[in-house]
Amino acid sequence: MASDSNANVPPSTDEFVKGLWRENPVFVQVLGMCPTLAVSNTARNALAMGLATMVVLVMSNAVISAIRNLIPKQVRIASFILVIASFVTVVEYLIQAISLELHKALGAFISLIVVNCIILGRAEAFASKNRLLPSVLDGLGMGLGFTFALFCLGAVREVVGSGTLFGVAAFPGAYQEWVIMILPAGGFFTLAGWLLLFNHLEARRAERATTGATP
Amino acid sequence: MSQESLVSIFLGASLINNFVLAYFLGICPFLGVSSKLETATRMGGAVTFVMLISSMCAYGIQALLVAIDAPYLKLISFIAVIASAVQLVEMFIKKTSPALFRALGIFLPLITTNCAILALALFQTNKGYGFVECLVYALGGGVGFTLALVLMAGLREKLALAETPGVVRGTALALVVAGLLSVAFMGFAGLGGS
Amino acid sequence: MYGALVGIGAICGLLIVSAFVLTEPTIERKKAEALERAIFEVLPGTASSAHFRLRTDGRFERTDLSQPGEPLVHPAYDVSGELIGLALEAQAMGYADTIRILYGYSIESEAIVGVKVLESKETPGLGDRIETDAAFRENFHALDARLAEGGKALAHPIRTVKHGEKANSWEIDGITGATISSQAVGRALDASAASWLPDVRRRLADFRRME
Repeated sequence: MASDSNANVPPSTDEFVKGLWRENPVFVQVLGMCPTLAVSNTARNALAMGLATMVVLVMSNAVISAIRNLIPKQVRIASFILVIASFVTVVEYLIQAISLELHKALGAFISLIVVNCIILGRAEAFASKNRLLPSVLDGLGMGLGFTFALFCLGAVREVVGSGTLFGVAAFPGAYQEWVIMILPAGGFFTLAGWLLLFNHLEARRAERATTGATP
Repeated sequence: MSQESLVSIFLGASLINNFVLAYFLGICPFLGVSSKLETATRMGGAVTFVMLISSMCAYGIQALLVAIDAPYLKLISFIAVIASAVQLVEMFIKKTSPALFRALGIFLPLITTNCAILALALFQTNKGYGFVECLVYALGGGVGFTLALVLMAGLREKLALAETPGVVRGTALALVVAGLLSVAFMGFAGLGGS
Repeated sequence: MYGALVGIGAICGLLIVSAFVLTEPTIERKKAEALERAIFEVLPGTASSAHFRLRTDGRFERTDLSQPGEPLVHPAYDVSGELIGLALEAQAMGYADTIRILYGYSIESEAIVGVKVLESKETPGLGDRIETDAAFRENFHALDARLAEGGKALAHPIRTVKHGEKANSWEIDGITGATISSQAVGRALDASAASWLPDVRRRLADFRRME
């Protein structure tokens, strides 16, 4: 039940921050891309999907952490899935009530948040073993890290693929769009590109650390 | 309610709108399992089987939910059925072919979180397919998934022997290959006619 | 052990039902508003609209939007309550997936006067030009949908022709580079008009009554 902690950093802050970069679910753990790549062809959709996933993650982490001592070990995965599925259904109705158009754009992929490996992963790895507050922070951090990664994806795809950002023209004058970026292939390529960049930055940082230079 | 022919449903699910390469579904196992050809084919087979079962169950559940007017229970009942179907398949394989069970290992229970299966159930419900159409759709989806997986595995096995820059190796490279496969599959659009 | 699972299931069920009940009024209202806006877009001059379904005895009966998936027609009335036309739905398989459209049929001119794409997953930049291409949209200001003698079928089937080859008022000038998508629009309109318009014209009186 003890939360993992870095001795120098207050446990709570670390729980939140680790999800943003060091253990970023998409770039580091390479998780949860399944339902999200298909709808990340515009910045708005990517942001909406990321935030929806974050809401589900935080809520399910909270509930699972709160009832963690009541769940028998054998049925824990089933219980997690039940809780997650309920919150996904709730979020789906919320999105429909807020914006029919957004719901039409995201479609069945909102429902697919339930099989996003990140949420089940965090429930199993963290929320079921830690207290409420750290679990909520973990969810927030991972969720924001995930949203950040999705936004990077969506923004690049929209700017290069449609010449706009959030629907607003990004380039002055005429721009020949790279339609491939909005198509699935573009999603694969863009994610590969960001992963490459991330790996490169991490490699450089590790190198500097081992050679003793000031990071 | 749909006007598509069975052939076009099958071709659509397996090639034109391939679940992995067009919708990005089933990526987790796709990137994780696709490095060896043998595991890829086995995984594909297991997924196809679970898809067929889930498709039939989803059709039945949807009919039931419409009858009792409880559309909000759709997601939770679908995922429950899929999880149970995977459990059943697991037990079945364990009993009938222990060797296959060992070979598949951890991947079998992971099928539950395979987005492609849940997506199949959701898509077929949205499109309002009849029972036979659902089965054909599931078969097409499974075949398409297996095809993408096998192609990726073959390519990655070859790539593993080639010289690639360190920073690109691993997932980034797999994604680029996936992207190229996706572009290739776009060539199938329009197949099967209107 | 199963008790705990049932307990969790019950709480989850409660959560879902609450969310549904709380959001349903808003969602239904928004859907109805979106449909109203679409009807207004395809039938300019509309002040109000209604929703009718076809009964098994061949008559049209007023209904509401409570049964999703039920095929409906939407008569549109001007400010004085006169029937000006009907909005109908049509769909056909496009390049990537099914294309759904709403079109406006004018009683007086016996033509389709407006088309709005409701749902389309066509390729951006190519197939989606059925929504964005201004020249394509020109086709739908007066698309002939007259009925043949006897009123049982369209006098001339609506069809999409190659770009630049439109010679008749019932033809649609296709989009070069988006052949399949523009043909799908033609097929959708033809199928829907052929199946609905004979009944609609025969029972025009059903719609004129403003209840």
